Amino acid sequence: MASNGSTGRPLSPHLQVYRFSLLMALSILHRATGIALYLGTLIVVWWLVAVASGPAALAFWQMVFLNPLGLLVLFGYTWALFHHMMGGIRHLVWDTGARLDVASAKSTAMFSTIAAFALTILVWIVAFMVR
Amino acid sequence: MSQSLKTPLGKVRGLGSAKSGTDHFWMQRLTAIANVPLAVAFVILLALTIGKPHAVQAATLANPIAAILVLLFVVAGVWHMRLGMQVVIEDYVPNEGRRIAFIVINTFFAAVVAVASIYAVFKISFGA
Repeated sequence: MASNGSTGRPLSPHLQVYRFSLLMALSILHRATGIALYLGTLIVVWWLVAVASGPAALAFWQMVFLNPLGLLVLFGYTWALFHHMMGGIRHLVWDTGARLDVASAKSTAMFSTIAAFALTILVWIVAFMVR
Repeated sequence: MSQSLKTPLGKVRGLGSAKSGTDHFWMQRLTAIANVPLAVAFVILLALTIGKPHAVQAATLANPIAAILVLLFVVAGVWHMRLGMQVVIEDYVPNEGRRIAFIVINTFFAAVVAVASIYAVFKISFGA
């Protein structure tokens, strides 16, 4: 059994002892996308400061992000945002005490996963249409 | 499990060991609700302007409605992410000294992100 280094007391079972499932994956992804968005704020701050600084600074930002790799990062950022948003709405519903049974959790899991991808793709279709 | 004789209201008024009561939980939810429409507005703004030249982007962000929406998103978003990252740190950093150091850095990071963004939006809006 795993033990806590500082006290020698046993630790509760962690990720590796559970069978992998969609619900578990979404729980992990909710936290992972939250952390990604935390770091992603740097892209947002950089953009706002670049626009405030002038054409040269914005041109540099656009050079970094308006290429296949940069766009993939921005696409990933918007997906993380929508995924975390859909997961967050799920949590807000759970906070009211509703939809806590396994069947409901599975159906909202499917819905929120699909909705996050759909919203991400929708936003980028708009972005490329107005380009 | 030992039973406390305190009522739930009494426990809340006592604010628990951290003396902050349900504030963290509540602000996490409040900023989450605010972020739903604000993040959607922000992403649409970004999608509409991302490839445009500087003059267009600056004019778009200088629009009062766009600027206010971005400012609201920055405040609610940064507040939300600071609370969220604090929980992640509390979960994964067992050493107390290191944990407190990370929580301090978390707050500083949030403050820098917020102030830099707000400064930028003000500069775009009011010029010079």
